[in-house]
Amino acid sequence: MAVGTGIEDDLRAARARPPRARPPAAEAPAPFDVERVRGELPVFAPGGPGGPDAAAPPLVYLDSAASAQKPRAVIDAVARFYATGYSNVHRGLHPIAAAADAAYEGAREAVRRYLNAPQAGEVVFVRGATEAINLVAWSYLAPRLEPGDEVLVTELEHHANIVPWQLVCHAAGARLVAAPIDAAGDLDLAAFAERLGPRTRMVAVTQVSNALGTAVPVAEVVRLAHERGVPVLVDGAQAVPHGPVDVQALGCDFYALSGHKMYGPTGIGALWARGELLAAMPPYQGGGGMIRSVALAGTRFAPPPERFEAGTPHIVGAVGLAAAIEWLEALDWAAVAAHEERLVTSAVAALEAVPGVTVLGRPRRRVGVVSFVVDGVHPHDVGTVLAAEGVAVRAGHHCAQPLMERLGVPATTRASFALYNRQADVEALARGVARVRELFA
Amino acid sequence: MSDLSDLYQDVILDHSRRPRNFGALPTANHAAEGDNPLCGDRLTLGVEVRDGEIAGIAFEGSGCAISMASASLMTEAVRGRPVGEAGELSERFRRLLKGEGAGAEEGSAGAVAELEALGKLAALEGVKRYPMRVKCATLAWHTLDAALAAPATDPELVTTEWEGTTE
Repeated sequence: MAVGTGIEDDLRAARARPPRARPPAAEAPAPFDVERVRGELPVFAPGGPGGPDAAAPPLVYLDSAASAQKPRAVIDAVARFYATGYSNVHRGLHPIAAAADAAYEGAREAVRRYLNAPQAGEVVFVRGATEAINLVAWSYLAPRLEPGDEVLVTELEHHANIVPWQLVCHAAGARLVAAPIDAAGDLDLAAFAERLGPRTRMVAVTQVSNALGTAVPVAEVVRLAHERGVPVLVDGAQAVPHGPVDVQALGCDFYALSGHKMYGPTGIGALWARGELLAAMPPYQGGGGMIRSVALAGTRFAPPPERFEAGTPHIVGAVGLAAAIEWLEALDWAAVAAHEERLVTSAVAALEAVPGVTVLGRPRRRVGVVSFVVDGVHPHDVGTVLAAEGVAVRAGHHCAQPLMERLGVPATTRASFALYNRQADVEALARGVARVRELFA
Repeated sequence: MSDLSDLYQDVILDHSRRPRNFGALPTANHAAEGDNPLCGDRLTLGVEVRDGEIAGIAFEGSGCAISMASASLMTEAVRGRPVGEAGELSERFRRLLKGEGAGAEEGSAGAVAELEALGKLAALEGVKRYPMRVKCATLAWHTLDAALAAPATDPELVTTEWEGTTE
């Protein structure tokens, strides 16, 4: 097999998995009805973000890698839960408490399904991928880390998959090591394998780069790490918006995701971890809900996942995330993947057709993200002009300063795509960038 | 949506493309560095103060059009002025971008007077409608304030990234 991208493996596994709401895709996937999907997101309704002005041009939202817009199904699920079923969770004796428990645990099961994880009890609700990584860094790794040990990441990582490891490394006298990317922006697997040393205690790698869109061959990374007995955390924040994942096919040990990037609410995310690893981990935070019994002389902790969910959890966030997952599960993912790939490919071509524009990276597989620079124009000026032209992008270092350093740029302008984007958005982007050139020529 | 030409006026585009007083100043006896790492705007400012006057000023660095044009316009505006006047101009400029003081009410007599007192610097007025970009325009002025207080042998490092838009 050619080097898998992980995403491809996931999609294959997702397609092979029974029963999805839609019939399996035929050989040529049915075209994806993007206008129908856009109709399900209030923000794209006429006058959406700008209020009742129906004459306002529709929002061109190319900033989904920062956070995705929300379908009505998610917004309604949150409102409905607050209005009709709201209560705290954990052993309430009244009926709506039982309903809240069921909704919260149902959400855990939804995450399990989306990740094809073996057990719902291996899913811990957290605030987002950042907290998931911090939890693993402090609960799993910190107690095992000795002076001189190493944590191996890649040059593609978001700060969320760098700084938590630096903190535990600093506390233990251990070292953070980064595997390089090649000129195309792909992870250099040979160099990665070389850096996997006798002192490597943890590998943490993104599945999709938030700044370049590079899909990392996660299954291959896991194989290399496991050959040396090193556990692997996968930062899936940028992967989960683009289709269901199969953590069993990836073979990883920890998987982190954020709800808000996959069309769900902010403030909710999940950590999946292998059951046996989770069972051996000490609590991350102490408080209510994570105990079996408390005495002043000492406390016995609840088993996972409750052990890692101190305090009242973000119940409504979990309900909203479950609604997002159900919404995603009803999509024909072969068609969505083809749609997104067409958009990204056409965005790269449209940008490169503008003189003076350089698209950063040429990864073997690019998912959702196109980062570019315009000769002689600072990314913030590009972003401001695009905003004035009605195109929402992000300009900056994208919380990936080591990657910017590696690419030799202070910042980039990033257009990121989600399943609700359409060809007209690509055209608006290209027109806006041409306007940038005109203005700053 | 604000009109772009309001922000990127010709004088701003001109100064960002061909910044004036750009380079090192070997005679500088005051210096500071401005750095907005989140933006990637950075500049090194050298000032030569003689007899209480800014006799020479030059900057080096890179950044967005707003930050470069603001630094360039600033060097032109303060060269030859007494240090005290440069400080007053700095305060006046920052008041403009924050929409504070006598000029806060657009079109009022106070606002007209403020803009007049700022001269060419008034070209940057449009930035105040882009709150995320105010820090780009004020970086040079914060750096000047720091430079005037610091000897060239011990340049201070300043940033406008943590002040937000309200300071």
